[in-house]
Amino acid sequence: MGQIFSQYYPLFLHGLGVTIFVTIISCFSGTVLGTLLALGKIYGNKFTSRLVTIFIAIIRGTPLLVQLFIIYYGLPGYGIRLDPILAAIISFIINSGAYQAEYLRGSIQSISANQLKAALSIGMTRWQGIIHIILPQALRRVIPAWTNEFIYMIKYSSLAYVIGARELMTEGKLLASRNYQFFNVYLVIAVIYLLVIVIFVYLFRQLEKKVTIP
Amino acid sequence: MPTKHLLKIEDLHHSFGSNQVLKGVSFSLNKGETKVIVGPSGTGKSTILNNIIRLVPPDQGKIYLEDTEITATKKINEVRQQIGFVFQDFGLFNHLTALGNIMVGLTKVKKMTKQAAAELALNELDRVGLKEFSDSYPSQLSGGQKQRVGIARALAMQPKLILFDEPTSSLDPELTGEVLKVMRNLAEDGMTMLVVTHEMGFARSVADELIFMEGGHIIEQGDPEQLFTEPVHQRTREFLFQLTDLYGEGGA
Repeated sequence: MGQIFSQYYPLFLHGLGVTIFVTIISCFSGTVLGTLLALGKIYGNKFTSRLVTIFIAIIRGTPLLVQLFIIYYGLPGYGIRLDPILAAIISFIINSGAYQAEYLRGSIQSISANQLKAALSIGMTRWQGIIHIILPQALRRVIPAWTNEFIYMIKYSSLAYVIGARELMTEGKLLASRNYQFFNVYLVIAVIYLLVIVIFVYLFRQLEKKVTIP
Repeated sequence: MPTKHLLKIEDLHHSFGSNQVLKGVSFSLNKGETKVIVGPSGTGKSTILNNIIRLVPPDQGKIYLEDTEITATKKINEVRQQIGFVFQDFGLFNHLTALGNIMVGLTKVKKMTKQAAAELALNELDRVGLKEFSDSYPSQLSGGQKQRVGIARALAMQPKLILFDEPTSSLDPELTGEVLKVMRNLAEDGMTMLVVTHEMGFARSVADELIFMEGGHIIEQGDPEQLFTEPVHQRTREFLFQLTDLYGEGGA
C-alpha cells in the first residue's frame, strides 16, 4: 500500500487537490446560498418563503447524482456545456445550499426574537439587525452541523468521478484500471479520505472553540 | 396636532386578534417628566410602549414625538434612535460584551468611529455602575447587571425619552433595588421616562404622575400620592393596595 502511494503520489496528490478545491468552494458557496435561502424563508414575504420551501424540497428530495447528470449531461441540450469540475461544483453548491439552508434556519430561529426587537429599538433597520445581531450568533451555532456537511461534501465529491472530473476517486480508478491493483489503490484512497477528514474535523473543532461565546 | 408636549398619545386602539387590549388611550408627557403606568396584566400597558416605537404598530390613534407624527412617519428608524427602550427580558445581544452591546448602535446606527463609540459607551457603563464589567458577556452578568447594561445602551443613543417595559419583573427581588436606583438617578437628572412597573415604592416616590389602567382604558391618573391616599375610584384603591401588599414599598 505504501509502495503504491510512494510510486504514484503525484497522481493521488493531484486528485486530492481537486477534491479539496471542489469541496471547499462548494461548501463555502453553499453557505452563502444557504444563508440567503434561510433568510428568504424566515424573513421574506409569503411568495419568497414559499419559493424557497419548494426549492429546498426539490433539491433535498432528489439524488445528488441525478442533479449532477442534469447539469452535466442535460444542460448541453440547451447549449450550455460545462467542464466536468465546474459542473460538479455547481451541482454541489446547489445541493449543499439547500441542506445548509435548513441547518441555518434552525439556528437562526433559535436566537431569541427579542434580540431583533432590541436591535430595531436602537434604530437599526431589520437588515442591520439580521447582519449585525442575528447572523453572527446563528453562524456560530451552525458550525457543528456545518462540519458535518463539510465531511459529507468531501465524500460526496467522489461522485464527480462519474462525469470524469479528475478528483481523487477518478485518479484512483484510472490508476487501478492500469495496474490492476484494485485493493491496494482503493485502500490508499480510503486512507487519504480518512486522514483529510480527521484533519478538517480537528480544524473546525478549533474554530468552534475560538469563536464560542462565553 | 403638534404641541409643546415631548410625547403625545391620542386615542390609541389596539387588538390582538379578537382581543381588544387598548380601547382609546390618550395622555402626554412633558420634557423631564416621569410617568408610571400601572394596572393588571393584559390591560395593554406594554402594548402602549410597543406602539410608541412601532415595534407593534397601533391599529388606530396618533402618537407624536414633538412635531413628528410617529404613527405616520416614513423614518421610523430615526424616531427609534430618539426613544430609548428598556425590555423586561433585557434584550441584550448575547455575542457582544457589555461594551459591545452599547457600541453597536453607536457605530452601526449613528456611524460614530469605534474610538468615540467606545469612549461614550464606557461613560454610560460608568453611569450605571458597571465600568469594571465592560468586557463581560451577558451570560457572565447577573440579571440586575444585564438590565443596567440595557439601560446604558438606551442612554448611549442620547434619547429624548426612555420607555421602560417592566424593567424589574424578570429579576429576583434582591436585584431590583440596583436597577430602580439607576432609574431614580436618571429621573433626578431630568431624563423623561415612561415606566410600566409593579414597583409601587418607585411609583410613589419617583413618578410625577401615576396612570392606572384597566380593561384597555385609563381609569385614573394624577399625582401618585393622591392616587394612593384619596383615589377617585374605589378600583384604583383596591389595585394599588393589592400591589403594595404583593411587592411592598420596596426598591430604592
